[in-house]
Amino acid sequence: MASSNDSIQKTIIVALSLCLVCSVFVAAAAVGLKPIQNANKDLDRKRNILSAANMLDPSKSVDEIFSSVEARIVNLQTGAFATQAELQAAGIDPVAYDQKAAAKNPQLSVALSGENDPAGIKRRANFSSVYLVKANNALDKIIVPVHGYGLWSTMYGFIALQNDFNTVIGFGFYDQGETPGLGGEVDNPNWKALWQGKLVYDEQGDAVIRLAKGGVDSSDPQAAHKIDGLSGATLTSRGVTHLVQYWLGEEGFGPFLAKLRSEGVQ
Amino acid sequence: MSNVKQVLFGPILSNNPIALQILGICSALAVTSSLSVSLVMAIALTLVTAFSGFFIAIIRNHIPNSIRIIVQMIIIASLVIVVDQVLKAFAFEISKQLSVFVGLIITNCIVMGRAEAFAMKNGPVMSFVDGIGNGLGYSAMLIIVAFFRELLGAGKLFGVEVFATIQNGGWYQPNGLMLLPPSAFFVIGLVIWVLRAYKTEQVEEPEFKIAANSRAQEAL
Repeated sequence: MASSNDSIQKTIIVALSLCLVCSVFVAAAAVGLKPIQNANKDLDRKRNILSAANMLDPSKSVDEIFSSVEARIVNLQTGAFATQAELQAAGIDPVAYDQKAAAKNPQLSVALSGENDPAGIKRRANFSSVYLVKANNALDKIIVPVHGYGLWSTMYGFIALQNDFNTVIGFGFYDQGETPGLGGEVDNPNWKALWQGKLVYDEQGDAVIRLAKGGVDSSDPQAAHKIDGLSGATLTSRGVTHLVQYWLGEEGFGPFLAKLRSEGVQ
Repeated sequence: MSNVKQVLFGPILSNNPIALQILGICSALAVTSSLSVSLVMAIALTLVTAFSGFFIAIIRNHIPNSIRIIVQMIIIASLVIVVDQVLKAFAFEISKQLSVFVGLIITNCIVMGRAEAFAMKNGPVMSFVDGIGNGLGYSAMLIIVAFFRELLGAGKLFGVEVFATIQNGGWYQPNGLMLLPPSAFFVIGLVIWVLRAYKTEQVEEPEFKIAANSRAQEAL
């Protein structure tokens, strides 16, 4: 053979042509499958929102049910729906708003540290999506996204409230990496069902809903604000309490929900 | 023909990549907490091993010796990325559970081991069969481990409740340890024990012999 396999020429040619062929192959797969993947992600997000509000119905498609849900953007600093001008200034498209990406962008988020950051999220986006469910032309339910740190992972979820903006309809995480069988029991449907009907705020309007270690004593006057903690998962339970109190409290959706309660939805 | 059979089915019992060669343990620990995830992982790894063997065998006479590992890695990595993309498009739920482990097929010792040991020396068809065979060996082990872990750890099989657990008002107290990765070591160890009791030729010669007990007087 004229050129042996180990000549410099042959080495470079083989390396280059192989890289070329492989990159075309990989790029074709990535680009070709992108639309289906995006549709999946979108469907998954909608399903999670609906499942938090116990609205999933196997006989109907997710898109069909989701048509009664309206996505809005809230300005967490003013505690009101973001105006057109605010959205334009921040360069946000309400339909495609990505809160996770915004929380990393210094212009769209605030840094949190120490006492200001009970949920362990480091940065909080200034704008957040909320989902309004209407029935008979009136607001029926509101679903807000929450996230925070448990034991090992940042847990992402949704909490759904009734139109008194106090009573919980449902709660659930769609992304968490807690210990399977212990903290991972946050996904247990029986545990999630305990949230239904609990009250978030006390008479003073503070978000006091919490997980109780050792279970809830029904004679406790605070029982309406307490959910059974997860056994064997003290730190995950603490994380859940912190993130719910943070997101529904003064720094999160508290002012916004208070405003809705007194003024209604425009 | 018997040769093909040997290459295809040999790796399941007599030359299992996990049980005898002790390769690919990492993913066998990580993904085996539920059967459905293990099954998808097993299929993905089998396809990647088979096709990487196939493509590497096609160009094996043109691969310069100095960059052969890199060339194998490029082919394996490309296949893995494609598998990952396909899973994200058609099996979204499972791809979420597998998360990084599909990407980590790239570093799975079985794929690399078969490429280097078999595909570099044999034709494309045989290499493909060899990849399927080793994939089957890996799959068999993964499914055995996942069967026990999911059954004992969660009382379920393929997500369907088999033992009614105490949390749901039944009688079975799930063994939480079985859901954690280290439990796979126990299951794999037990399977290796059973396999070597059945196929005694797999038992290795001990490197050192333990001396017989000495008596107290002798020790002084």
